[in-house]
This record gives sequence, structure tokens and C-alpha cells, in this order.
Amino acid sequence: MSNLEQQVTTSPPGPFLSVRDLSVEFSTEDGIVHAVDGLSFDLRKGTTLGIVGESGSGKSVTNLAILGLHDPDHTKIGGEIWLEDRELTGADRATMERLRGNRISMIFQDPLTALSPFHTIGRQIGEVYRKHRGASKKEARERAIEMLSRVGIPQPATRVDHYPHEFSGGMRQRAMIAMALVCDPDLVIADEPTTALDVTVQAQILDLLKELQQQTGTAVILITHDLGVVANTADDILVMYAGRAVERGTVREVLTEPRHPYTWGLLSSMPRLTSSVDAPLKPVRGTPPSLLSPPPGCPFHPRCDYPELAGPELCRTQRPEISPATGHGDACYLSLRQKTEIRTAQIEDHA
Amino acid sequence: MAGFLVRRILGALVILMIISAVTFYLFYAIPRDPARAFCGKICRPETLDLIRHNLGMDEPLFVQYWHWLAGIFMGREFVQFGACPAPCLGYSFATQEPVFSAILDRFPVTLSLTLGASLVILSFGILTGMLAAWKVGRPLDKIASSSSVIGASLQIYFIGPLLAFYLVDTLELIPRPSYVPVSEDPVGWFTHLLLPWVVLSIIFTANYTRMTRSQMVEQLTEDYVRTARAKGMSGRTVFFRFAWRGAMIPIVTIFGVDLAALLGGAIITEQTFTLHGIGELAVRAVQNTDLPMLLGVTIVGATAIVILNIVVDVLYAVIDPRVRLS
Repeated sequence: MSNLEQQVTTSPPGPFLSVRDLSVEFSTEDGIVHAVDGLSFDLRKGTTLGIVGESGSGKSVTNLAILGLHDPDHTKIGGEIWLEDRELTGADRATMERLRGNRISMIFQDPLTALSPFHTIGRQIGEVYRKHRGASKKEARERAIEMLSRVGIPQPATRVDHYPHEFSGGMRQRAMIAMALVCDPDLVIADEPTTALDVTVQAQILDLLKELQQQTGTAVILITHDLGVVANTADDILVMYAGRAVERGTVREVLTEPRHPYTWGLLSSMPRLTSSVDAPLKPVRGTPPSLLSPPPGCPFHPRCDYPELAGPELCRTQRPEISPATGHGDACYLSLRQKTEIRTAQIEDHA
Repeated sequence: MAGFLVRRILGALVILMIISAVTFYLFYAIPRDPARAFCGKICRPETLDLIRHNLGMDEPLFVQYWHWLAGIFMGREFVQFGACPAPCLGYSFATQEPVFSAILDRFPVTLSLTLGASLVILSFGILTGMLAAWKVGRPLDKIASSSSVIGASLQIYFIGPLLAFYLVDTLELIPRPSYVPVSEDPVGWFTHLLLPWVVLSIIFTANYTRMTRSQMVEQLTEDYVRTARAKGMSGRTVFFRFAWRGAMIPIVTIFGVDLAALLGGAIITEQTFTLHGIGELAVRAVQNTDLPMLLGVTIVGATAIVILNIVVDVLYAVIDPRVRLS
């Protein structure tokens, strides 16, 4: 638990980012979509939290809520988001504008569409610096060149005047990272930062993120559906399902002793180098529930193989909360012994 | 850039040649004989032949076309009118005036009408469209959107006389529309053209309001706009510097087309307010089966279209760095 020790020595007490009972609802023509429903998690300074889940599990919605980027006319946000001693869900527009790109910044999935095609890379990086640091045009340009060289872009003094379409995919994502880090933020939210990239480039980008994080001590939320990415990059994991956290813990805890049936499903749907090439992948059966009318009880029960083990009706009627409240926890009614037994049986099955 | 312009201008000349040739051919395909119209009701075959000869219509079609084309660059000799220096577009069958100078006389009218109306169209259309997009879904947007639908469904020949009746005849706020050369009396030029500008603008402004609004609303959902917000850019910066940049491209395209169409003659507006512009010339040329005049106004309209197309392409490259002029 080197992270815990670090927290004691270098960070003030209490988490740096604390999300409590967050809910995000969108009003649509078909009704209210409960995109995030009662989500809580903490992030410690300088650490990386991997948020994992299928599409539509509420990963991105959660993080857009942290930045306050939802359209207020169609979105209802409940609960609390604390950034140190500041509450963000009720913060006014000007406060949020000051935070964004400055203390919290975001790296998006597809750098081709996420960067403006109309402005040079240098200007897009520089304007963040100008906005938040009041830098002059010249200072901003110098800072942009410095940032480009830090993210490993060759000839940054030339590249600064290029447009995104003149960059390769990996370079664009590097530029995006440079833009996110230009004001030395405390928190960087990376939303599937490698999904749109070639496999060979993916590893480079993740290494770069990790390296820069070590240099700057910024905290990172890494949103991904790829458990492999989290395993290599994150300190902690939060597994999300249907807008809720179903399991949380350190990477080691969650990946070696997964407790929630959904986490098992995610892990067994991943190809492994140790298993035979011909061994079929086991997808999680069924489809994610509709967020317009979530099923009563545990949102995962329609896809779960073990609801009867926890008692005849419990999973269908009562929604499980994550427990224990700290450390490695999960939201499932199965007893720890049952979970260990099932997991052991599964591993034997696999071998 | 220079190479692009040279290539596009050469291409434009070819297009203009094709357009004039097609017009020439189509003119002879219609079952109306201008020589017979000249000849009158009682017409002897000899007279008809003489008229045909004088009009140059007794020669094969391609020879006639060649003479017409050559006249533009080298001038022409006419039996009945004498020398016609380059650029010579011939003489009107109907009025015997030289086509080129007739067009030149009318062009300031059309140009004044077009430029004044364009200014109103662009400024009001874009302004209201942006306001609607800024307040999307709010009452202001609903008002702007619904009034633009009303504006777009109005007709010049309906709203024109109506406004003229109230503003000119009843209230006597502005003078009856006519053309006063800007060089002679700038104020008179302005007041006399005010009503045509407003009427022409009402119809077009509505389209620009709707287009600007929908483009802005669409651009505001783009990923790069979200990025701009995520890095703390203010709502105003996001709106004007990011979203507007993307929204401009289709607006420039449509404006190029509209401007060219207006320069070719705002026929209905000119007729409604009896302004003697290119549009009126075109209508009369068709009515009179007046080939030289028809060719002349066609070429003016077509030239406006090809030039503005080139301008629009250059503007694309200015707005969007991904567009390369090569």
C-alpha cells in the first residue's frame, strides 16, 4: 500500500476529489434517462483512478459532470462533487470556467474531432495559458512550444504553427495532452484517450501520461473499457454498471480478487496471452439495462448467473449498496465466501 | 494560389463559352423567328430574306456563333450599324442599341440593388440567426425562428406593393423607388433604393436566419467546441471564435450563389418597382426574341456566377485550413 503511505506523508488529510451520491439525469423525449445514479468515489492526490465499464455505464457522463459540461437545460445533477474544499455541482459558470483547463482538464477520445480544425496547435494550447495565466501572446507561444517538446513532439518550434490535420493520430493526442497539462492542473480526466489510436501508439500515449503524471504529481481519472489499460496505468479501479459503482478497490485487489459478478464477466471477456488462441472469449450475456426504466433491485441481476444464491428475491427487489464503505468493496449480496468459491471454480474452469 | 486562380479563370472562360453556345443553340430551337417578327404581318419572302441577311441569320449557326464570339475580343463590322468595337456583343434586334452599352447602362442599377440588399441580408440574417442559436429553445429563438418562416414565405410582388402603398403613398416616409446615380446624389440614391432593399432583404434574410441558426446549433454540439469549453473558454469565445468558424462555410457557399443570382438581375424586384436593371433587360429580351440582348444578359449572369464561385473557393481556404487550393 505505497499509495496510502504517500497520502500520509505528502497530502493533506481527506481525498482531493470526492464524489458523493452523484446523480445525472437527462430529460429526453422518451422520458428521464438516469445516466448516473448514486455514484460515490474518492480520488487521492497524485494517483490514477481507472473507471471501467461498458458503453453507457455512465463513465463519461460522470466526468463531464465534474467539469460542469452538461447542458443545464436538459440535465439534472444531484449529489456533491468536492474538489478539496469547493463544491462543484452548484458552482456558478464563471467559477467553473476558471477551473476548467486550469485545475481540471480533460483529454478526449478522438483528437481529430476534439481539436479545432480552424486553429493552429500552438494557438489552441496557448489560449488556455493566456486565459488562465493572463500570459501574453508571445509567452503563450513559448509555453506551447515547451509543452509540445515535453510531450515528445519533434521540432516543436515548427510544429507549433501547424494545424491538427497536419499531425498524425498519435501526435494529435500528444498535442491534446500538452493542451490539458499546460496550466499544471491538479486533475486530468482522460476519457478513453487511446481508443481512437493505433495499437502501437496506444502504449506510447499511456506511457507518456504516466511519465508526465510522475513529473507533475497531477491526479488522473482514466476512463476506459479496456481492463488491460487500467492494469498498467491505474492505482485504483472503479467498475461502473448502469450508472452505479459496482466494485472499487486498488488495481491489485480488483484484478486478482474480483468480487462482483459483473467484474468477473468483464475479466473473462478479455483475451489472455496465457490461454489458447482458439479458446472462445466469454462475453457478458445479455445487454445493459435501459437507463430510462432501470430494473428494480440490483441493476445487474438480469444478466447475473447467481441471483438465486443470495436468496430467492433479494437481488430482484433490493438494490445493493457498495460495501464495505472503504477499501475493496462491491455492491453484491453474495457473501464473501460464495464469491471466493465461484471465482476459484471459474479459474479452474479456465485452466 | 496563383496557379489555382489561373486554372480557375481558364476553366471559367471555357464554361462561359459553353453557356453562350448552348444559349445560341437554344435560341434557334424555339419556334419563333425574329426576322418574321421584324417583317410584320404582310411579309414578302424577299423582305424576309433581306432581314435575315441583315441580322446575320442566313449563315450557318456555328459561323454566327463564331462571329459573335470573335466580336467580343476583336470587335465587329455591321452592315447597318457600322463598326462595333471590342468588346462587342452585337446590337439589339428590338431596339437597335448596342448590347454592351445597354448592359453597362443598366448594371449600376442592379449592382446598387444587389449590394445594398446583400448588406442587409447578411447583417440581419446572421445576427438574428446567431441570437436564435445563442438562446436556443428560449422564447427569443422561437420568435426569430417563426418570424423567419413567415419572412421566407412572403413574396416580393405581395409585400413590395403593400409596403410601397403604406410607406410611399400613405405615410410619404420615403420617395417612390427609382434609380438615382450614386455619383450624382448619394442621399437620393440611398432613399430611393431603400424600399427595394428592404423588400428584397425580407425574403432572403429569413433564409440566412434559419441557416445561421441551424449551423450554429449543429456546430455547438461538435467535439472541438466541447473541448473549447472543457479548457475554460468563455461561452462567448466558444460561440464566436469556435462554433461560428465552422458555421461560416455553408453560409458563404449559399451567399455566393444568391449574390450571383441577384447580380444576374433581381427580376421580380426590378419589375415590382420599375427599376431598369439587368433583370428587366432580360425579361424584355425574351419577350422580343432578341438574341444579342439575351446572350448579353446571359453572359453577365453566368460571369457573376463563375467569378463568385472562384471567390467562394478562395474564402473556403481562408476559413478552413484543411482546404488546399491546389
